[in-house]
Amino acid sequence: MRSLKSLLRREPQYGMRRDPAPTRWGYRYQRLMLTPAFRIGMRFGLPVLGVALVGGIWFGQADNRAAFAAQLDRIKATIQQRPEFMVGAVEIDGAEPALAAAIKSFLPETMPISSFDLDLPEIRTRIRELTAVADATVRVQPGGTLEIAVTQRVPVAVWRYVDGLRLVDAKGVMTGMIGQRSDRADLPLIAGDGAREKIDEALALFAAAAPVADRVRGLVRMGERRWDLVLDRDQRILLPAANPVPALERVMALDGAEDMLARDIAAVDIRNEDRPTIRLTEQALVRLRRVSDNN
Amino acid sequence: MGQLYQTQRAMRHMRKAAMQRGVIAILDVGTSKIACLVLRFDGDAPALEGVGSMAGQSNFRIIGAATTRSRGVSFGEVAAMAETERAIRTAVQAAQKMAGVRVDHVIATLSGARPRSYGLDGEVEVEAGQVTGGDIGRVLAACEMPDYGDGREVLHAQPVNFALDHRSGLADPRGQIGQRLTTDMHLLTVDATAIENLLYCIKRCDLEVAGLASSAYVSGVSSLVEDEQELGAACIDMGGGSTGISVFIRKHMIYADSVRMGGDHVTSDISMGLQVPMATAERIKTFYGGVVATGMDDREMIEIGGDTGDWEHDRRTVSRAELIGIMRPRVEEILEEVRQRLDAAGFEHLPSQQIVLTGGGSQIPGLDGLATRILGQQVRLGRPLRVQGLPQAATGPAFAGSVGLCLFAAHPQDEWWDFDVPAEKYPARSFKRAFKWFKDNW
Repeated sequence: MRSLKSLLRREPQYGMRRDPAPTRWGYRYQRLMLTPAFRIGMRFGLPVLGVALVGGIWFGQADNRAAFAAQLDRIKATIQQRPEFMVGAVEIDGAEPALAAAIKSFLPETMPISSFDLDLPEIRTRIRELTAVADATVRVQPGGTLEIAVTQRVPVAVWRYVDGLRLVDAKGVMTGMIGQRSDRADLPLIAGDGAREKIDEALALFAAAAPVADRVRGLVRMGERRWDLVLDRDQRILLPAANPVPALERVMALDGAEDMLARDIAAVDIRNEDRPTIRLTEQALVRLRRVSDNN
Repeated sequence: MGQLYQTQRAMRHMRKAAMQRGVIAILDVGTSKIACLVLRFDGDAPALEGVGSMAGQSNFRIIGAATTRSRGVSFGEVAAMAETERAIRTAVQAAQKMAGVRVDHVIATLSGARPRSYGLDGEVEVEAGQVTGGDIGRVLAACEMPDYGDGREVLHAQPVNFALDHRSGLADPRGQIGQRLTTDMHLLTVDATAIENLLYCIKRCDLEVAGLASSAYVSGVSSLVEDEQELGAACIDMGGGSTGISVFIRKHMIYADSVRMGGDHVTSDISMGLQVPMATAERIKTFYGGVVATGMDDREMIEIGGDTGDWEHDRRTVSRAELIGIMRPRVEEILEEVRQRLDAAGFEHLPSQQIVLTGGGSQIPGLDGLATRILGQQVRLGRPLRVQGLPQAATGPAFAGSVGLCLFAAHPQDEWWDFDVPAEKYPARSFKRAFKWFKDNW
């Protein structure tokens, strides 16, 4: 029987078998790769370094930097110009038409504008700087409405000053100007240097003068020290510097009892409270003398 | 001598450093195979409950194991440096790859290099009444060194026994009170060139040597059980190129030797007898080998093959009895040589004369029967101890040396260099003397 062994295909063997030993460098490489620090370095350090290097080289050129910044701006603009962020309408609450017009002048002209471009604190600051405004809140409502809620200052008196008539609120802050006294006839008039600073005292005096309210013309601050209450027919009530309100109440009491102010007198001087003095008008004085001469 | 002491001490420090890092490799450079095991020391408690520390075996685990065909090693000594280096590299790389860690420290063993044993004794007076570590160092240094010849190095120098005054058999006399301390030391010397060649090969692989051990010793450590080590036993490690003999008593090695014959010689006998290449002879030996022929073996024909293309030549067969007839004389020769060495060492005077056969050569079927007739009645085949994580393929008797080296790495026996040199041996002697003079006079 013939064996088939020699007919089988065999791998030819040339000399010795291949050496399974790793090369010296292969061996060292494997040991290096088994070093934990080196492995971490290869896995994380090298990629990070590579990316940083490429990025650094790319950013090293001014053109690239500019292009990058432009692209960034474009992206930012497309996001900011989305309709969700656009502000199209303005709603001003609590302001009279003249004030609303003044407020509108602070807002940007081109009205559909992104809310990112609106500087709300700045707008609020500028609105609050208006004399007629006590406080203001500015916010963008959902739906793209800019809501400005204004608390106006309420004028309580008219102050006559060298350049005209001004409105003053209860804190002495000017809120605006008027052309004529009759524009705000409902408000009392004050005048004189230092009148504005003492507006609360003036308001108390006006309240005390309520019995003769229809005759009151105004209060004049004399020498930045004391008040004169001026009535019609050029009557004056000279009030003391200290505690003017009780003094005026006393005059009102006198008036109520004796009907004093209806008489023909030019002034009531109560500066010295122990001795109220009245001054007659010229004609009354003449008449009084004539009457006494006849008697 | 002084330099060797320093070298061995440096290796001990290296071993400590490696233990601290937790990873150490052991390298068994044999004639037929090179084995590399990577050990991880975690130092925690044993995994199972109720298991003790098992003499330090439980605190390490083998995480990488590789063997490679040995090249360039004959008789357990490096014969071709570059080849050996490449073989070591192959084994270490594969073990590292399996372990997934890099090892820098390696403990190596070698089987050849003509080991020679010496029994020494030393005697000193105890200085302080109580024995201290310094006294042990002094008594070890007081052992009178035999003239072991040029070109040889001390591989092991283990104190085997201490005696204090008239009490002998002390394992550790430290802290005991007495006057005269004597010691018996076992000194094992090997050829310096063989060691240097091996160290050079390992160094070329970028590894640091953290220890060296004799293969005969570590095989005995792994394959003798505890009572055998205690009562007296010999371990015969039948390797490829040499057969190591180590004799243990009281858990100390007292004698080691090696016969420069092994399994490779059996293979070459078969190769020559049957006219086949070495690889085929090795294959025939491992598959069909034996030492005791029976009637059945005459009828069992082994096809020994060939690749010449000559039909007659390639169809040769040989009966197993013939193969046994080739193998047996060589095995007998090895065992008889071992017998002579044991006789020369005075093995018959030991209380117990257990003989344990291990190593790859001990797997020849029927060897125990043959060994009984030559070496004495108490012969058994030994396999190495089980250690954690050892692959199944590496649990056979061929790995007795490797496993023993693992145990040696985990739990080395005290050697001479583990004790401090007495102060007089230091070069700073004059300074010490001046200091002593000052202390005495003021």
